[in-house]
Amino acid sequence: MSSEGNYYVPEQSKLPIFCATAMGLMAFGAASWVIEGGDAKIFLVGLALMTVVMYKWWSLVIDENMQGLVSPQLKHSYVLGMLWFIFSEVMFFAAFFGALFYVRVLVNAWIGGEAAVALFDSTPTAAAAANNEILWPGYERQWPVMQTPDQAVNGDSAMFKGPDRNMSLPLWEYPVSQWLSKLYTLLPWLPLWNTVILLTSSFTVHVAHTGLKEGKRDVFLRYLGITVMLGFLFLCLQVAEYYEAYAHYGLTLQSGIYGTTFFMLTGFHGAHVTLGTAMLLIQFIRGLKGQFSSDDHFGFEAASWYWHFVDVVWLGLFLVVYIFG
Amino acid sequence: MAHGPAKGISRWLFTTNHKDIGTLYLWFSFLMFLLGGFFAMVVRAELFQPGMQLIKPEFFNQMTTMHGLVMVFGAIMPAFVGLANWMIPMMIGAPDMALPRMNNLSFWILPFAFAILVATLFMEGGGPNFGWTFYAPLSTTYAPDTVNYFIFAVHIMGASSIMGSINIIATIMNMRAPGMTYMKMPLFVWTWLITAFLLVAVMPVLAGAVTMMLMDINFGTSFFNAAGGGDPVLFQHVFWFFGHPEVYIIILPAFGVVSQIIPTFSRKPLFGYSSMVYATAAIAFLSFVVWAHHMFTVGMPIAGELYFMYATMLIAVPTGVKVFNWITTMYRGALTFETPMLFSIAFVILFTFGGFTGLMLSVAAADIQYHDTYFVVAHFHYVMVAGAVFSGTAAVYYWLPKWCGKMYNETMGKIQFWIAFIAFNITFMPQHFLGLAGMPRRYADYGLQFADWNMVSSIGAFMYGGAQLLFLFNVVRTITHGQPVSDAKVWEGADGLEWLVATPAPYHTFIKPPVISAGVEGPEWRVDAPAPAMAFKTAPEAG
Repeated sequence: MSSEGNYYVPEQSKLPIFCATAMGLMAFGAASWVIEGGDAKIFLVGLALMTVVMYKWWSLVIDENMQGLVSPQLKHSYVLGMLWFIFSEVMFFAAFFGALFYVRVLVNAWIGGEAAVALFDSTPTAAAAANNEILWPGYERQWPVMQTPDQAVNGDSAMFKGPDRNMSLPLWEYPVSQWLSKLYTLLPWLPLWNTVILLTSSFTVHVAHTGLKEGKRDVFLRYLGITVMLGFLFLCLQVAEYYEAYAHYGLTLQSGIYGTTFFMLTGFHGAHVTLGTAMLLIQFIRGLKGQFSSDDHFGFEAASWYWHFVDVVWLGLFLVVYIFG
Repeated sequence: MAHGPAKGISRWLFTTNHKDIGTLYLWFSFLMFLLGGFFAMVVRAELFQPGMQLIKPEFFNQMTTMHGLVMVFGAIMPAFVGLANWMIPMMIGAPDMALPRMNNLSFWILPFAFAILVATLFMEGGGPNFGWTFYAPLSTTYAPDTVNYFIFAVHIMGASSIMGSINIIATIMNMRAPGMTYMKMPLFVWTWLITAFLLVAVMPVLAGAVTMMLMDINFGTSFFNAAGGGDPVLFQHVFWFFGHPEVYIIILPAFGVVSQIIPTFSRKPLFGYSSMVYATAAIAFLSFVVWAHHMFTVGMPIAGELYFMYATMLIAVPTGVKVFNWITTMYRGALTFETPMLFSIAFVILFTFGGFTGLMLSVAAADIQYHDTYFVVAHFHYVMVAGAVFSGTAAVYYWLPKWCGKMYNETMGKIQFWIAFIAFNITFMPQHFLGLAGMPRRYADYGLQFADWNMVSSIGAFMYGGAQLLFLFNVVRTITHGQPVSDAKVWEGADGLEWLVATPAPYHTFIKPPVISAGVEGPEWRVDAPAPAMAFKTAPEAG
């Protein structure tokens, strides 16, 4: 609640309408781009304008802060803004996780002619049985879906073909008794390394934050730099994994619902890591310029919250897409 | 900061003022209301008689779709955001919205989004023709190419809504005047806080739904295709997880408006203030767990049908609390029936009626008969039009004198109300009968047995459309030639901070925040130390 009553209400600004124009161009341009025969020109113009606007806008906010216009109350508005923005991101991922669970638990059983929740009664409903017998005969409930319903019915002429290999924990291929002796199969398993990298980066960004709060500029810069590099490394490994999937696993966006959910979930996560890495990199440059003090560094704090959020999403992915994938 | 508005068009393009932005939102939404209304007129004109007279069935589909999209996303939602912009800072004693530049961005996205959406009507293949709920595979496999424009338009619309809502949440949580505790906030502020929460929670899910469509259409994924292991019904789940909270996003601010107006013209404080707050929160919570009652006929397991049926019926409890509170507020009040009050009372009656048909629809077994018939159309127009639109109209009449310092023409307002009230019922009451008799929605033609009531409904629709032109005329006339009013308290029974500032409201209201008395809860609080801005009256013309 306000107590001092000197909340900074900015003067008129041309930035918002230019930003809206950029968004309009990007939306229109993206649509005309994806339609057959279209190109990316308008989208790129919008993107360029958006880049300029974002640079100007954040520069303006940083300037205002340096002029002392940003009261603690206004800072709290920024804090609330960032927290609720992250909440909206959580809900965006929730849509895709929800889609995954729905397809995996319910649809997969129904197409396969089984009861989805066999806790009380394992007899499939008449609808599920008919589904399988009439529409998708031969399809068996499975996850990951290596053979799509389309393949079960149409064989090689199917439009949607399942992947040759999936990304799940390699140990599942062996009986439990052999797991210990097969532990080495985890070594080339990229998701494990990506998990290690992201968890470490969450830790290093925290160390950087602590350093900043204690006024240790060298600690802050060193650990923030390490975090950015870890983010970049994660992205490199993700690219390697995608290459592997397309080149050797036969796993693509088009390979049925498994490929769909795999690439959409990890892809959106990767996009968010890219954004988070960019945010942190900008904070690193700002740190080099000496724009932060031990008690005033919300730009960095917001970026680090975002980073932790991206990390948590990864843990969810690691569990449901990779380990129990 | 203590400056008046800029001159000319730059005032509107570059503004950071919550009142300017509120005005922009309100005019934009009215423009969209007329456009969406025009689409509805085309639909009703075609349905005036059986057989195809005026347009082709393909175009009819585009009209019903665009009518729904424009009304929901272009007219009703921005109208209430406009009211929020105007009123929330004034009601809680804040100098402006928490993030004024982002506020302007939220608005200016909308004209771009709707320009793109409406432009699809003139493109090859025509506009969206798959209904406002854009179910897959109609909106994916069988959609025209222009669906991609629709998808990206929805994306930026959603971004606008999310930014607008974050702004509202930050304003309410961070900008209240000293002493303005949560449980002293006017109910309009409360309902908007909860609405904004719903928006931040579900607009990203809508973004997810259209993203899945985009991928299925252009990049070969199989979210909504059973051949690849997906499911078209998945689309309905994702859509309605957004869509059901969406209907409360539309109606909760309307509840807030009515909760401000009824006490004023009953000259009594709102009955059961805290129960109103809790009921609003309960409705918001329940809205997240009932979505599949829109899908009773897709073949859910019986356990699912039962769960969604009972959970849906639960919503009647907090909604009933609200209706009883409004009625009890009026009970033994010194009532007068100015135009805003007439619209509010009509709201209570007709919204309750629409609520009851909703209860009928919630019965899973019965819904198999009602599903996708005109009964559903009638139901949601009772809550959307007589609910949200009536309440928005009431709000404009109620606060217009405060906004522009001029009084509207009461007689014209009352005439508009009675035409709107009667025409609305002529339009939509018969649609209940049509639906129960089996007429499906979204069809360009119908059997002869439905001819009479369709003609009646169309006549009502044209009357209702005409009433809106009267509304427009009354508002414009008020701004240009209205009788000046200067009392801070335009309505004698009104209570709240917005009625303590000068009329018309100064361009910047609370430069220093007022101090609110401690102790008293609910709507009966008093101001200890009025803000300096309340005293000055050298306000530049707003509006």
